[in-house]
Amino acid sequence: MKIVMPVDDKTMETSVCQSFGRTPYFLIYETETKEHTFIDNSGAASQGGAGIKAAQVIVDQKAEVLLTPRCGENAAEVIKAANISIYKTMNQSVQNNINAYNTGTLPLLTEIHAGFHNHGGN
Amino acid sequence: MEGTKIKIAVLSGKGGTGKTLVAVNLAAIAKNSVYIDCDVEEPNGHLFFKPEQLKRHDISVKIPVVDEKLCTGCRSCVAFCKFNALAYINHKLMVFDEICHSCGGCSLFCPEKALSEREKVIGVVQNGKSEDVRVISGIMNVGETSGVPIIKEILKYANEYQDITVIDCPPGSACTVMESIKDADYCILVAEPTLFGVHNLNMVHDLVTLFNKPYGVVLNKCVQSENPAETYCTEKNINVLGKILFDNELGTINSNGLIAIRQSDKYFDVFNQLLHKVSEEVQHETVVNP
Ligand code: SF4
Ligand code: SF4
Repeated sequence: MKIVMPVDDKTMETSVCQSFGRTPYFLIYETETKEHTFIDNSGAASQGGAGIKAAQVIVDQKAEVLLTPRCGENAAEVIKAANISIYKTMNQSVQNNINAYNTGTLPLLTEIHAGFHNHGGN
Repeated sequence: MEGTKIKIAVLSGKGGTGKTLVAVNLAAIAKNSVYIDCDVEEPNGHLFFKPEQLKRHDISVKIPVVDEKLCTGCRSCVAFCKFNALAYINHKLMVFDEICHSCGGCSLFCPEKALSEREKVIGVVQNGKSEDVRVISGIMNVGETSGVPIIKEILKYANEYQDITVIDCPPGSACTVMESIKDADYCILVAEPTLFGVHNLNMVHDLVTLFNKPYGVVLNKCVQSENPAETYCTEKNINVLGKILFDNELGTINSNGLIAIRQSDKYFDVFNQLLHKVSEEVQHETVVNP
């Protein structure tokens, strides 16, 4: 199972990024092999629609699960269309969130925010 | 100013400053003028003018639609769209209407000719008359995110009927405001006498300086005490065109949805002076920067 998480830096010691669309990197974590890789979020610098672009990036990685503190409306629409489930991270620690996901204690992300009139794009 | 076509934009850093009060009264006193309400999310100038002989027409933008039978999933369109309005998910192209800027590029670039354009209505233009003022309002549909196409459309009416056009801008300094002042000959900044008012004034002041527009300030809701907005103008050497005192009479006229210059001689004089001041400024500008 491939898990994806927005992160601030390319190390396992980094923290979960508070923005999904504007995160600099995504962590890709393979639950079976416990292997991890980092990819750049090519959407981070875009003027608008960053969330859509970022969502496209993780869909292309064939992720099955997304762990994130928040997610915008448009991004959520893309992610749901790709049948990826979205869980809400509980703190800043990357490892804690992976553990919590594995033990089934992370809640599904339910509140999706409405975007920022073309200027944000989380 | 016979024969000269001028466009005056009225702006403020936030709503409730008195921007519409100034714009409406200025248009009303100018006679034979055009009033254009660019505050498309919450147009309320027409509530004062109560224009008659209304004509309405829809405004639409072009949004791409995909023919799934022709689409091969090459993603040229996704890569092309600078606004990220497209995503290719699960063998299907998704189009995000409200992100799309209707540039038409994706349809041109699709190698399979799988994209075509459909019209999507985003609001209406309302055109009517109130005594001798032509009143144009743009009203954006709820749920739409960008008023820019509507503002572009209604500004086409500037000077179409008369020589003087007053443009009531949206509050703030976002792209809709930039669109509204782009072709203005003169900008009036309306400011409240508070520290927060100074903050808002500063914002629009930056904007008009950036656009290199001649401008002046109207100080609204003035009371006897200290006026930080006036201090700001003095410090920055900004021309104060006029002061409107805080006054119950004006408040009552306003809250009854009436136009001050049509109700009160006092306000007729206040706005008449303002109009003359602005006309002088504009004339001066055309002499100095023809
Ligand atoms: S019309 Fe332009 S902005 Fe709209 S989806 Fe196509 S490329 Fe993007
Ligand atoms: S460019 Fe045309 S064929 Fe290619 S993905 Fe887009 S719609 Fe489909």
